[in-house]
Amino acid sequence: MAKQDALFKYTLRLGDNALILSQRLSEWCSYAPLIEEDLALTNLSLDMIGRAQALLKYAGEIEGMGKTEDTLAFRRSERQYYNNLLVEQPNGDFAFTMARQLFISAFELYFYSEMEHSKDKTFAAIAAKTLKEVKYHLEHAKDWVIRMGDGTGESHYRIQHAVNELWMYTGELFEMDDVDKDLIEQGIATDLDAIRPLWNKYIGDVLETAALIVPENGYMQTGSRKGIHTEHLGHLLCEMQYLQRAYPDAKW
Amino acid sequence: MDNVQNTVSKEEALLAKFEEKVQAGEAIEPRDWMPEAYRKHLIRQMSQHAHSEVIGMQPEGNWVTRAPSLRAKQILLAKIQDEGGHGLYLYSAAETLGISRKEMIEQLHNGKAKYSNIFNYPSLTWADIGAIGWLVDGAAIVNQVSLQRTSYAPYSRAMVRICKEESFHQRQGYEIMAQMMQGTEEQREMAQDAMNRWWWPSLMMFGPHDTDSPHSADAFRWKIKRHTNDELRQKFIDKTVQQAEVIGLTIPDPDLKWNEAKGCYDYGRIDWEEFNRVIRGNGPCNKQRLDHHKKVHADGAWVREAAEAYKNKHKKQSVNLN
Ligand SMILES: [Fe+2]
Ligand SMILES: [Fe+2]
Repeated sequence: MAKQDALFKYTLRLGDNALILSQRLSEWCSYAPLIEEDLALTNLSLDMIGRAQALLKYAGEIEGMGKTEDTLAFRRSERQYYNNLLVEQPNGDFAFTMARQLFISAFELYFYSEMEHSKDKTFAAIAAKTLKEVKYHLEHAKDWVIRMGDGTGESHYRIQHAVNELWMYTGELFEMDDVDKDLIEQGIATDLDAIRPLWNKYIGDVLETAALIVPENGYMQTGSRKGIHTEHLGHLLCEMQYLQRAYPDAKW
Repeated sequence: MDNVQNTVSKEEALLAKFEEKVQAGEAIEPRDWMPEAYRKHLIRQMSQHAHSEVIGMQPEGNWVTRAPSLRAKQILLAKIQDEGGHGLYLYSAAETLGISRKEMIEQLHNGKAKYSNIFNYPSLTWADIGAIGWLVDGAAIVNQVSLQRTSYAPYSRAMVRICKEESFHQRQGYEIMAQMMQGTEEQREMAQDAMNRWWWPSLMMFGPHDTDSPHSADAFRWKIKRHTNDELRQKFIDKTVQQAEVIGLTIPDPDLKWNEAKGCYDYGRIDWEEFNRVIRGNGPCNKQRLDHHKKVHADGAWVREAAEAYKNKHKKQSVNLN
């Protein structure tokens, strides 16, 4: 695989995770259980839009076809997205959103801690900025998961249910293919095998504190590395891309 | 008998001192004595203001997931976040008058408290996001600038903070409109259509004409209100007409004309039947906005209860440890 091609795909993967999750979180706008949470979820979404902009801009430069971050965000079709299946899952209730956030933010904390030392200068810089944000995202999600686990009977049931339902999307976070191998060799990408035990330990500890059961590792969903998604992504893109697709000549 | 008279004259003395203080332009702080009618007036006005900020998140939130660029999405989300923040400051400021956020939300749900009528109109296209920022926030600023010097100090402090952010919103809304007016034919149509739909409701935001305005006398004497509805409306029209012209938008008012003698614009008749109808609950989105707020509040109850239960459990634990 050509280096540029691998780097392009890898950058899209990271950019798409930020883009798609920012879109999901923005769906909470005016729907949160209290205003303070409306503002907090918006903050998370804003951080991720910023990260998506930086990464997709970089992806456009790597590809060298003159695409901007907006072309990449709004003009690709379903099969050309590489975000993890976890982040495209619908928001569900507040417990679902927080469980999803706990899983992804813990992953991102370890991931970007490694990436901060990447030989790719752009990645290293984006990682340093992202880390500051992700620490806050993770604290926020962790606090809520613990509160819900150790709150009322209903909240305990809901958060355990969310953890169980989402568990099958967590295995995919750590999948590696030729793209990873190429870039790890060059000191650019993060070795996901190395961060997996850290993630397991962290999640195990949080769930234990929250009096929740860690689900069995059963069948894990897969596909995003090849651009194969759950049916949810198409609907999300349909909404997100509506204006850009309906008025292709317009500038906004 | 003596006691009753003592209380009455004590009350009168306090009232005289209060009125004197307000007339001298001094600010009233939460700990200061204030007449019950002043407190009630402020609770009504501030809670209505807070609810408006929060309900206003809905029409704009309607376009967040469909914003046409990453930058546009970022600006819109940050703006809506500001509005939620304004709601929070204002709820806290109102709480200094002895009412809780929970009570204010109950009053919103049972119809005792209102929110700004403007948010009972739908946001139908992306251009509405521009029109809301430019016209609705623009009208809100005119109102709020004059409230920066309102007599109740926590309200006035909240306004100073809020006004800074509102002028950003107004500029960003105008930028959306300007960009669309330089765009394709379809974009220009969309922008003019939004202008046509939001212009008159924006003028109604200032309330009835001075001749028909209830509640006003006390509000002026107590320096809660410092300019009349018509003065503020005129100020808004005069600054907005030029902005519209610069980008090529037409104000949907055939009677709009510069009045050389008065040094301001004359404008056509505002449809007060529509205004009153929407206030009474029969606008395009009254039911939708309130239902949305009630549903979200009810759906989120279990989350708030969980947080409360967790806090109580752990409070007890830390007490036990001591
Ligand atoms: Fe506001
Ligand atoms: Fe605003």
